[in-house]
Amino acid sequence: MNTEIIGVIFTFLITVLLAIPFGKYISKVFNGERTLLDFMSPLERFIYRISGIDPKQSMNWKEFLKAMLTINLVWFVYAFLLLIFQSHLPLNPDGNPDQTPDLAFNTDISFLVNCNLQHYSGESGLTYLTQLFVVGFLQFVSAATGIACLIALFNGLKAKTTNNLGNFWDIFIKSITRILLPLSIVVAIVLAFNGTPTSFKGKDTITTLQGDTQQVSRGPAAGVIAIKQLGTNGGGYFGANSSVPFENPNYLTNTIEAWAIPFISIALIFALGYYIKRKKLAWVIFGVMTFFFVLFVVNNVYFETKGNPEISRMGIAQNIGAMEGKEIRLGSAATAYWSVVTTSTSNGSVNGMHDSLMPLSGGVVLIDMMINALYGGVGVGLLNYFIFIIIAVFISGLMVGRTPEFLGHKVEAREVKIAAIVTLLSAFLIKVGTAFAAYMLVHHPDVAWTVKPSSWLNNPSYHGFSEMLYEYTSANANNGSGFEGLGDNNVWWNVTTGFVLILGRYLPIIGPLAIGGLLANKKFIPESAGTLKTDSATFGVMTIAVIVIVTALSYFPPLALGPIAEYFSMHH
Amino acid sequence: MSKQNSNKLLEPSLISEAFKQSFIKLSPRYMVRNPVMFTVEIGTAVMMGVCVWVAMGETSQGTLAYNIAITAILFITVLFANFAEAIAEARGKAQAESLRKTREETPAKKIELVGEIFMNEVKVVPSSQLKKGDVFLCEAGDIIPMDGEIIEGIATIDESAITGESAPVIRESGGDKSSVTGGTKVLSDRIKVRVTTAPGESFLDKMIALVEGASRQKTPNEIALTILLASFTLIFIIVCVTLKPYADYAQTSINIAAYISLFVCLIPTTIGGLLSAIGIAGMDRALRANVITKSGKAVETAGDVDTLLLDKTGTITIGNRKATNFWADGIQTEKKFIEACMLASLADETPEGKSIIELAETKGFSKPVIEKHEAHFVEFTAETRSSGIDMDGIHIRKGAFDAIKNRVEHAGNKVSPFIINKTKEIAANGGTPLVLSYNDEATGVIELQDIIKPGIQERFERLRKMGVKTVMVTGDNPLTAKYIAEKAGVDDFIAEAKPEDKMTYIKKEQAGGKLVAMMGDGTNDAPALAQADVGVAMNSGTQAAKEAGNMVDLDNDPTKLIEIVEIGKQLLITRGTITTFSIANDVAKYFAIIPALFIVSIPSLNALNIMHLTSPQTAILSAVIFNAIIIPLLIPLALRGVQYKPIGASALLRRNLLIYGLGGIIVPFIGIKLLDMLITLFVK
Repeated sequence: MNTEIIGVIFTFLITVLLAIPFGKYISKVFNGERTLLDFMSPLERFIYRISGIDPKQSMNWKEFLKAMLTINLVWFVYAFLLLIFQSHLPLNPDGNPDQTPDLAFNTDISFLVNCNLQHYSGESGLTYLTQLFVVGFLQFVSAATGIACLIALFNGLKAKTTNNLGNFWDIFIKSITRILLPLSIVVAIVLAFNGTPTSFKGKDTITTLQGDTQQVSRGPAAGVIAIKQLGTNGGGYFGANSSVPFENPNYLTNTIEAWAIPFISIALIFALGYYIKRKKLAWVIFGVMTFFFVLFVVNNVYFETKGNPEISRMGIAQNIGAMEGKEIRLGSAATAYWSVVTTSTSNGSVNGMHDSLMPLSGGVVLIDMMINALYGGVGVGLLNYFIFIIIAVFISGLMVGRTPEFLGHKVEAREVKIAAIVTLLSAFLIKVGTAFAAYMLVHHPDVAWTVKPSSWLNNPSYHGFSEMLYEYTSANANNGSGFEGLGDNNVWWNVTTGFVLILGRYLPIIGPLAIGGLLANKKFIPESAGTLKTDSATFGVMTIAVIVIVTALSYFPPLALGPIAEYFSMHH
Repeated sequence: MSKQNSNKLLEPSLISEAFKQSFIKLSPRYMVRNPVMFTVEIGTAVMMGVCVWVAMGETSQGTLAYNIAITAILFITVLFANFAEAIAEARGKAQAESLRKTREETPAKKIELVGEIFMNEVKVVPSSQLKKGDVFLCEAGDIIPMDGEIIEGIATIDESAITGESAPVIRESGGDKSSVTGGTKVLSDRIKVRVTTAPGESFLDKMIALVEGASRQKTPNEIALTILLASFTLIFIIVCVTLKPYADYAQTSINIAAYISLFVCLIPTTIGGLLSAIGIAGMDRALRANVITKSGKAVETAGDVDTLLLDKTGTITIGNRKATNFWADGIQTEKKFIEACMLASLADETPEGKSIIELAETKGFSKPVIEKHEAHFVEFTAETRSSGIDMDGIHIRKGAFDAIKNRVEHAGNKVSPFIINKTKEIAANGGTPLVLSYNDEATGVIELQDIIKPGIQERFERLRKMGVKTVMVTGDNPLTAKYIAEKAGVDDFIAEAKPEDKMTYIKKEQAGGKLVAMMGDGTNDAPALAQADVGVAMNSGTQAAKEAGNMVDLDNDPTKLIEIVEIGKQLLITRGTITTFSIANDVAKYFAIIPALFIVSIPSLNALNIMHLTSPQTAILSAVIFNAIIIPLLIPLALRGVQYKPIGASALLRRNLLIYGLGGIIVPFIGIKLLDMLITLFVK
C-alpha cells in the first residue's frame, strides 16, 4: 500500500478516534456538566446580560425556530449592507470595490446558510473587513445555528414527553464559546505557523525568478480558514480555496484541514449517543454514514489514482493518477479523499478542482451532496439524516406490523407529511433548477443578458450538464463547491442559487425540528418485544436502503445524462 | 373458529361482480381518493388524445399501434387496481351478506298494544317491519328475527348459523347472557325479546357499509402511507417533467408515450392499486374469524396492542374448578371419607359439586341414590358458607376451611394439624381446599383445582414474542391467582378483581403509553370495554357491552383476542411489504426505460441496458406491462395478507426486507426480461 493511501486511512481514523471523546465533551457541555472550558461562563453570562437573555427560559419548537429565524434575518441585513458598501469602509488596503447587489445577495445568503457558493474571488471581491466581519462572522454563527437546532432535536428525543426543546440563545452561545471558538484557535495557530498569512497588510509585491513582478494577496486568513473547515462552511479566503498554498501550505495542514472538515459533524453523532443515552443508536447512525462514506472514498481514490483513460490512450503514463486540477504537493489520493469529505459534510472547500474529477468521482460527489446527510454539515447533517430515519421508521414499522414509532413516540401522518415535504424539496430544487438552466441554454441561448446562457458553460455535452446540475445540487446542499467551469457570477445564477440556498437551508432545519417537537409532545410508549429497535444493525440496513432508493429514484435520470453518460463515453 | 366460512380466494360469482365494479370505479370522482391511481387515469386520458393525434397524421410520436398498445396497458393498469379493490369489497360483502341472509324476512311474532285497554296481542309481521324498541315473542322452533335483548324468559338457542358451533347455548333475561342474535334458532322454551337495533343499523349492517366504501374512512396509518405515496408520485412528476429540458439539452426527442410510461412505471402503482384492498381484506379476515369490527381502525389498533386483559375463567382455565383429590385425615377410612364427600355433594348443582361426584366415580364409587324424603339437603348460604346433608343422625358439611373450623370448634372438637397443613398446601398450589365435617368432626379435605386449557401456554408464549403482555383477571385470592398465572405463563394478574379494577388497570397501562385490549360480556364490563383501545364484546353479552366495545365476537370465544391481534399485525405488514416491493421495483424499471429513451442520441448509455432488451419500444412496453400485471398477481397476497411470524421485530424486518425488498429489486428484472423476449417473439 502506498503512502498516499496510508495518509488517507490515517486521516480518517484520527478523525473518528478524536471525535468520540469530543462527542462526550459536547454532550457534557449541553447537559450542563463540568468541563475544562467552564472558565468561559463569565463571558457567556456577560453576553446574556448585555443582550437581555434569560438562558433558562424554555422554548417549544415554534418559539425556538422563531428565535433562530429572527436572528438570521438580522444577520442577513447586516451582512448585505457591509458587502454593498465595503469599499467605503475601513480595512480595505487593496481598494477592492463594492459587491453588486445580486452578487452581494448571493454572497450574503451563501454564508448565512453556512454555504460558500462564492461567485467571486476573495482576493478581489471582499475587503479585510468583510472577510472578517461578514465571512468569518457568519461562518461562526451559521455553524452555531446548526448545532443549536440539532441540540434542540436531541432535547426533544431525550425527554419522554416535553414541550421544551431548550433555549436557543443559550445553546447557540455555548456552541461558539465551548466548541467552535476553542477548536478554531487551535487550528488557526497550526495554520499560521505553517505559513498561512495572518496580516492586515495589503498586497505584497514580489519579484519572481524570471524577474517579473507579481502582486500577492494576503490578509487575516488563518483564523477564517480554521472556522471555514470546522464549521463546515468551506468558504475560501482566496478564490482557489484550499488548493492555494496560502490556505493549505503543506501535507500537514492538508491533513489537519481534512480532519477538521468532518470532525464536529462526526463528534455530534457520538454526542447524540451520550446526550440521549443511546450509544448504540449513535453507532448505528455512524455505521450507516460511514458505510456510504467509505464506499465513496474508495471509488474516488480508485478513479483519481488510476488516471484518465483518454490520456492513457495517448500513450502517456499517469503513475501518480489523474493530476489535472490537482496539486502535486498533495497528490491524487488526498484530493480524492478531500472531495468526498467536503461534499459529505456540506463543507464545500476544495484542495483540487472538482470540475477535473473523473466522471464517476464527479458523480459520487454529486450523490454525496444529494444525500447531504453522510455526517453532513455541522448540526444540519444529522437533522437531514433524521428525515431518512423517519421514512425508514415508517416503512419498517409497517413491515413488522406495528404503528411506526421512534424512541417511544408514534410517527403518524403529520410527521410523515413533513418528512415527505423535506424530501420532495431537495428533489424539486435541484431538478427544477437544472431544468430551467438547461431550458434557457437550449431555447434562449442568446437572450440579451450581460452573460448570455450560451457562454455559461466551459465544457460541452455531458460535462456541461454536470456543471449545471452540480451548481444547483451544491446550492441545495448548502455545500458551496462548484464544477468551476460554470460562468456563475451573473444575475441568473446569483439569484436562482440564492433562493435555492435559502430554501435548501431553512426548510430542512424547520422540518426535522418540527417533527422532533411534535414527537416530543406525544405520549411516551415504552419498548416491548414487538417494538422495532432503531439501534439495531437491521434498522441500519433499512436506513441504507431508504437512502439509496430515495436518492436513486429521484436523481437517476440527471445522473445518467451527466456523469454516467460521460463515464461510458470515456470508457467505450 | 367457525368452519363453514368459505376460504376460497376467488369465486366466479364474485369475480364477475368485481369486474363490473372495476369499470364503475373509473369515475374520476371516485378515483381522486387514490392519488396514485388517479394520475395513471389522467395519463391514460392523455394517451388517448395522443392516439387520436397520431391517427390524424402526426409522425413525431411513434407508430399508432405502439401508442394504442401503451394506452391500452395503462387503461388495464387502472382496471386492475379497481378490480383489486372491488374483489376485496365483494368478498367482504359476500361474507357479511351470508350472515345477514339468515335473518332476512323471517316472520316475527310482534307483541302489540291494542285498544284503549292495554292488552298484549301477538301479530305476525315480516322482520323488516320491526323497529327499535318493539317487543317480539319467540317459541321453540322459531328463528329469531332481529338482534335483541331478552326481557322475559329463558331459552336454549342454536347459534350455529352465526358461530358454526352446534352446541346450543342458554340465554335468559337479566344478567350478562340476555342478548340474542337475529338468524339464530330457539330450541326450547319461550322468550320475549326487545329489539335493540333499528333496521339497517345492526353490527352486520355497519360492517357491510364499511366494506362497501360508503362510510369507509381511511385509518390514520393509511392516511400517512397515502401521504408518503403521494409524495413519491410528486417526486416522479418532477423527474418526468424535468426530463424534457434535460433531453432537449442532450438533443434527444422523447415522445409523450415514453414520458407517460416512465411516469406510470415509477409511481408506486402496485401499492397504490392494492392499498384499499388490503384494508378491506383486513376487516374481511376479522369477519372470517367471526369477529365483527365497527371500524377498520379497530383492526389496525389491534396490531399495536401492548397489553391483553383476559378473564381467567373460560380463557385460561376450562370453565370452573374441578375436584382433583380427596385427602382423608385418617379418622375415617378413605372409602368412608369419599362416600361422605359424595353424600355432601349430592344436591350440589354447582360445577364444583358435580366434579366431586365425577372424581369419586372415576375412583370406582357409585353415586348413592337417596330419595328426597329420606334426607334433608342443606343448601349453601352466605352465612354458613357450607352445604351438606342431614340424614339418619348424620350431619355432613363441606365448605371453606374457616366455616368448617368454626362449626367443628363450636362443637368442642379440634381440627387436626393434618387438615390445617393440607389446606395451606393446596392453597399455595393454586387450588381451593374444601374441608369436610362428619358429625362436627373435620375428617378430610377435598382439593379443587383450576384446569388450565391445553395449548394456552404456547399461545401466551407467542404473544410474548409479539411483545404483548398478558394479564389474567380473576376473582381468586392473590395466592391462587399467582399460582395459576405462573402455570399458564401470563405476565401479570389482577386477583380478587372487582369490575372497577379492570378499569383502573386499563387506565394505569394507558397512562404508561400502552394500548390495551380486553374482552368482556357483562354490563359492568361496558365502561372498561369503552376505555380499552380494543374492546371485544362477546355476542352473547349484554347490549351495553356490545355498544361499548369496538368489535363483537360472534363465537363468544375469549381466546379470540389473540387472533385479532395477529390480524391487525398482518394488515400493517401487508401494507408495509407491498409498499417496499412496489418502490424496489423502480430500480429495474429505470434500467429498462432510461437506456431506451436515450439510446439513439447517446449510444454509450446502452451500457445501462443490462437486461439487453431488444429495442426501446419493447423495453418500454415490457416495463409497462410488468407494472400492470404485478397488480393482479399480488391480489391474492393482498387479500390473504402476508404471513405473520412472531419472531421479534428485528428478525421480522430482516425477513421481510429480504423477501420483499431484495425480491422487489430482482423480480422485475426477470419479469421485464421475459416479457421483452415474449414481445420480441410476437413482433418478429
